[in-house]
Amino acid sequence: MGAKVNTAAAGTANFVDDRTSIGGFVKFFARKLFPDHWSFMLGEIALYAFIVLLLSGVFLTAFFVPSMETVEYEGAFETMHGVEMTKAFESTLHTSFEVPGGLLIRQIHHWSALLFLAAIMTHMCRVFFTGAFRKPRELNWLVGFTLMVLGLAAGFTGYSLPDDVLSGNGLRIIDGVVKSIPLIGSYTSYWLFGGEFPGTALIPRLFTAHILLVPGLILALIAVHLFLVFLHKHTQYPGGGKTDRNVVGLPLFPVYTAKAGGFFFVVFGVIALVAAVFTINPVWNYGPYDPSPVSAGTQPDWYILFVDGALRLMPGWVFGIPMEWEIFGYTLSMNILTPALILPGLFFGFIALYPWIEKWATGDRGEKHVLDRPRNVPVRTGIGVATITFYVILVLEGSNDIVANLFHLSLNDLTIFFQWAIFILPPIMFWVTRRICMGLQRKDRELVLHGHETGTIVRHENGEYIEVHSPLSEQELWLRVQHEDIAPLEIDPEYNEHGVRRKGYRWDRFKQSLSRFYYEDRVSPVTKAEFDEAQHHHGHGNAEADLQAADAKDADQRLTDEWNKVEDQAK
Amino acid sequence: MLLVLVLLALITGIAAMAAPSATAADAASADDVAAGEALFAANCASCHGLDAQGQDGVAPSLVGVGAAAVDFQVGTGRMPMQASGPQAMAKPAQFDQDEINQLAAWVASLGAGPAIPTAEQVDGSLGDAAAGMEVFRTNCAMCHGSIGGGGALTQGKFAPSLLETTPTHIYEAMLTGPQSMPVFNDANITPENKRNVIAYLEAQDAGSPGGLSLGAIGPVSEGLWAWLVLLGLIIGATVWVGARSS
Repeated sequence: MGAKVNTAAAGTANFVDDRTSIGGFVKFFARKLFPDHWSFMLGEIALYAFIVLLLSGVFLTAFFVPSMETVEYEGAFETMHGVEMTKAFESTLHTSFEVPGGLLIRQIHHWSALLFLAAIMTHMCRVFFTGAFRKPRELNWLVGFTLMVLGLAAGFTGYSLPDDVLSGNGLRIIDGVVKSIPLIGSYTSYWLFGGEFPGTALIPRLFTAHILLVPGLILALIAVHLFLVFLHKHTQYPGGGKTDRNVVGLPLFPVYTAKAGGFFFVVFGVIALVAAVFTINPVWNYGPYDPSPVSAGTQPDWYILFVDGALRLMPGWVFGIPMEWEIFGYTLSMNILTPALILPGLFFGFIALYPWIEKWATGDRGEKHVLDRPRNVPVRTGIGVATITFYVILVLEGSNDIVANLFHLSLNDLTIFFQWAIFILPPIMFWVTRRICMGLQRKDRELVLHGHETGTIVRHENGEYIEVHSPLSEQELWLRVQHEDIAPLEIDPEYNEHGVRRKGYRWDRFKQSLSRFYYEDRVSPVTKAEFDEAQHHHGHGNAEADLQAADAKDADQRLTDEWNKVEDQAK
Repeated sequence: MLLVLVLLALITGIAAMAAPSATAADAASADDVAAGEALFAANCASCHGLDAQGQDGVAPSLVGVGAAAVDFQVGTGRMPMQASGPQAMAKPAQFDQDEINQLAAWVASLGAGPAIPTAEQVDGSLGDAAAGMEVFRTNCAMCHGSIGGGGALTQGKFAPSLLETTPTHIYEAMLTGPQSMPVFNDANITPENKRNVIAYLEAQDAGSPGGLSLGAIGPVSEGLWAWLVLLGLIIGATVWVGARSS
């Protein structure tokens, strides 16, 4: 039986290989090595969530009607009887209440969307804090960043499709934001909505964007993203024997094909479990879109909350100066433009360009395949935590009514608190994180130089007490001393020996000040000389452990001497 | 007997009420009014004054608020007020229904005001939930949320969740506009539409068709859940899958 199967499999493989020469590729991919760590699977969660989105999305397109034609509801849901609504909304209700499994698939789709973006952002944080964006992966960071932005677009267009009150309110905000753009704002809004908001053109347009344009781009960029991962090879965490010129790991086949294949079902299973138990986006509560009502708790899905938060945070007057200006009879709404476009633009721009910012600071041109431990780059880690703090404040402000209600706080005071916190907390978090990182680095130095504390106290014959430290293993040592000690950039002087001013000096000066910001205050890893010095200082060859051993040997010797003496006397 | 009732109605001013309904206050006897006055003097007068005229900056006058206001405020435990704060908090009622009716009878005797609605007026099964949805969405949802899960107002005030509120109290709240809530009189929302609103809220008792509702407060709780539970469980799985025997 087994032989038969093997023959059949070999025959099929031969048939395919003879006609496609695929054997070489299969061998190449199957033997490709990947380092092993749970945090390398965060991006995989996003990928699997996307696959679940595609599968469930195909099901939903079979029932969704992207039309803004109005009908009177005659379906199964009681509190909607006789209510006028668009076909888009009606077909969403139909999918939810009359199509077998329709509601489950809708909830799987929506939960997957929330997970997709949460996983992307977690994955981005992992890449950021470990420095995996450094050369040669800057481009792939950009590809990933674009995927995140496309994910936001996919989410927002999908969230708006059912044409319910909640998402309609969101679209109205987008309309307002678009109209705040100087000169082209109102034209852009008319162009987007095919006339005055809400019009009848939007849902079909969003549908095309949501099921064709955006997912098509995401698919293409995922292919580029993964291709680049294969091309660059995967990064690895520092450890004995791991360098920038090798990859220590396990082959794709069979180890990771099994793990990743199984993990897909874990992700799908957890999504299905949550979707089966928890309601998401109950559009039947919100009702069909109507521009007049706005419910309490009107918020976008979590990944757009930061924009909503920025809008809620922005005061209409700053220190008494109104933020809505009239220039030559045209209104310039800085109170909308600033939080909804300028701020996200700067925020996203900073994230996209971060690899280059850090490159200016290090001046390093080499390839980096070994990841940083976050503590070893205190400024980057601090920037990361400050950025997360900034983002979380915006998200909380976007949820301010929910937060106020939940904790019985004053909505007004909460907003005033966040208006100050957005400027004050990120720098504080930067400073605190940086100090913690440097503290951890000092702890590492301490460990390398003096070893682990054993808790054993030894008393010498001369009465001296000494605590015994046990030396670190080679792996432990490697982890703590392997990283580079980067010093601030040294630049050439402004004038050469002939007193001629050098071109590009100002740019160099900028890079140098950036570099000082990153590396002026730093804790260097223990050098070989320092290590040897410490070993020597402790005397008795290696370390205090040897001392203890020597003491123990002495004691043995004394015992033997004593025994011999007794035996001699007995004779 | 009829004469006594008519006289009583005239005295208490209930005759001024347009509603032809047979209300609890109609049945209130002079004994009830007297008992209510005694209860009021012992439990409410320290703030509202012995004559219920109120005190500036402390408590409003209750002349003309009607029996419905008393039944709502005392019946939901908001009055007597436990502590001063942004708004009076609901708590277990301090009086039983008979005592509340007595208090209501006395307050109603001070001036014309809305009466406690009848059982038929608040019977959701006689209402139209879909019509109620539209009324609720236009008039109530901006504070109480799309299905009455509650929401925040300014300066620490809030619109409470309606999911546990009795139909009578919902009706009375619409009629009397307690605290920050506007009054929705019978010209504004007809008695029939008030009942439709109750029908809509009662339709929520069946629970969400999609499963547990996470508080029915919208996408924020969904987002929190996606991070904590969905991503949390899956990251737990990555640690498990990523763990090697070596």
